[in-house]
Amino acid sequence: MKIYVCVKHVPDSAATITIKDQNRIDENITFLLNPYDEHAVTEAARLQKELPGVEVIAVCLAKPAAENTLRSAMAMGADRSILITTDQDPDSLITARAVKAAIEGDGRPSLILGGKESIDAEGMQTLFRLARLFSMPVATNVVQITVEDAHAVVECEKEAGARDVLKLGLPCVLGAGRGLNTPRYPTLPDIMKARKKEIRQIPLESLHFEKPAGAMEILELTPSVDTREPKELTGDPDAVADQLVRILRDEAKVV
Amino acid sequence: MEKIGLFIEFKDGGIKPAVFGMITGARGEGGDLSALVVNRDPADCEKELGEYGVDRIIGITAAGGGWHPDLWADALVQAMAAFGIQTLLGVTSPQGRDILPRVAAQLDAPLLMDCLEVDLETHVARTTRYSGKTVAAVRLTGTQRIYGVRANAVPAAPSPSEPSVETFTPAETELPDLTVLETTPGRGDAVDLAEADVILSGGRGMKNGENFKILFDCARTMNAAVGSSRVAVDEGWVPYAMQVGQTGTKVNPKVYIACGISGSIQHFAGMKSSDIIIAINADPNAAIISKSDYYAVMDLFEVVPRLTKRLEEDRR
Repeated sequence: MKIYVCVKHVPDSAATITIKDQNRIDENITFLLNPYDEHAVTEAARLQKELPGVEVIAVCLAKPAAENTLRSAMAMGADRSILITTDQDPDSLITARAVKAAIEGDGRPSLILGGKESIDAEGMQTLFRLARLFSMPVATNVVQITVEDAHAVVECEKEAGARDVLKLGLPCVLGAGRGLNTPRYPTLPDIMKARKKEIRQIPLESLHFEKPAGAMEILELTPSVDTREPKELTGDPDAVADQLVRILRDEAKVV
Repeated sequence: MEKIGLFIEFKDGGIKPAVFGMITGARGEGGDLSALVVNRDPADCEKELGEYGVDRIIGITAAGGGWHPDLWADALVQAMAAFGIQTLLGVTSPQGRDILPRVAAQLDAPLLMDCLEVDLETHVARTTRYSGKTVAAVRLTGTQRIYGVRANAVPAAPSPSEPSVETFTPAETELPDLTVLETTPGRGDAVDLAEADVILSGGRGMKNGENFKILFDCARTMNAAVGSSRVAVDEGWVPYAMQVGQTGTKVNPKVYIACGISGSIQHFAGMKSSDIIIAINADPNAAIISKSDYYAVMDLFEVVPRLTKRLEEDRR
């Protein structure tokens, strides 16, 4: 049984983003494994312990520098990796096609996991497109997975307190939510072992797929400017409470 | 005139308030607006939707009658084809996150989620990227496109119309093997974090889970929602559904009151678009203070109960 985990190489959320060429960013910053994907890798590693004969393969479409991100995924439990290399920033229509072609060239998936979204683009759609291309069922923001013979029963978190319990035939695609598990951060031996694991590189151009009719093109990036001028509320707690009421009532008009 | 479809979401039997802001935003360009209502009697929402200026309400009967993400997405796709709709808008809510990508995948059409603004003529929409640090202008090309609009991005403004009411029943199609075993609705009394006008959020300064009661008590006096920072979730004080931030819910209320929250970049990424940010923190060096509109360097346990009391007095 093969579990493919789709992972993304993303800028650290604490990194300073500098815009260049109008619609790109300076990539000379720390990149890491997308935090939601950590939950997906952790879950794949858990299933490997539970079920017989599971191989976990991480798949990533990115620049060659993403090798580090794949090493992290392998230190967290993936057995080997496939890195589809490109120097472009493909949108999710292209990404889903490329990942599908790479998986098909590698083996037969029983389960495909990934984070429910990436923290850089926050597109929330690549796994749905991948599922459609494979004609597999898909669920997102999954917080519990039980794999039975020919299907998976999953719990998906919706708004506060709301949940769906879904039964999906295998193979299926599942988008990990933060409530799924607590990622186990790798130990030094895990990291050492991951250095010896295989990363197969496939250039994007060598994969064959039909070009999508539509696309998402980033025309321009602008820095979010913050123009707030903090004003201190002073006095004793009663005075502060009075000022808060005034702000809520007169300025925001919410009470 | 371009035909625009609007996916109408419901909560507790009524239309979700965020839907009206979405309609207001879509109305500007003089397009032809069709409200798509799945498995509800369209006549029931005629008055409310008419108030915000839709031209047509299409009542869609998806098989099974209840909630099913694939049946609903397929029903929307078929209704779009039947009524010549090339553009679909929905709210980036939990249901929107489940259904809009399914529609986009089925149509193989571009989709942009969490839009702050959508220009329906040029097909260029704006959304944040890189943890809220940049705003991206993104063009959607192709014959069809889908937009997920951020709740509260556009304030709702009425513009009465007299919509026609039509019904549509999709043909049966073969769908992926997915069964909804159970669907639990959210708590009716809880105000949705993503759509609340006021949010009171607690962080490390709350000290434990029980203390969140003072935030809930205060929230009740003004129909506010209660959120938290990641620390409070990681400590097990509150459930993940309450987390505001990069890896939690992204919110843009009119007022965000951060109580005992230091204000990490990741937390800020989830609430920076709030109209007014108020920080209550005993630590004068907390990062949140420099990113706020108003701040009080004070023990939150001194301030919040007094605020609750004042608001209660006002209500009487």
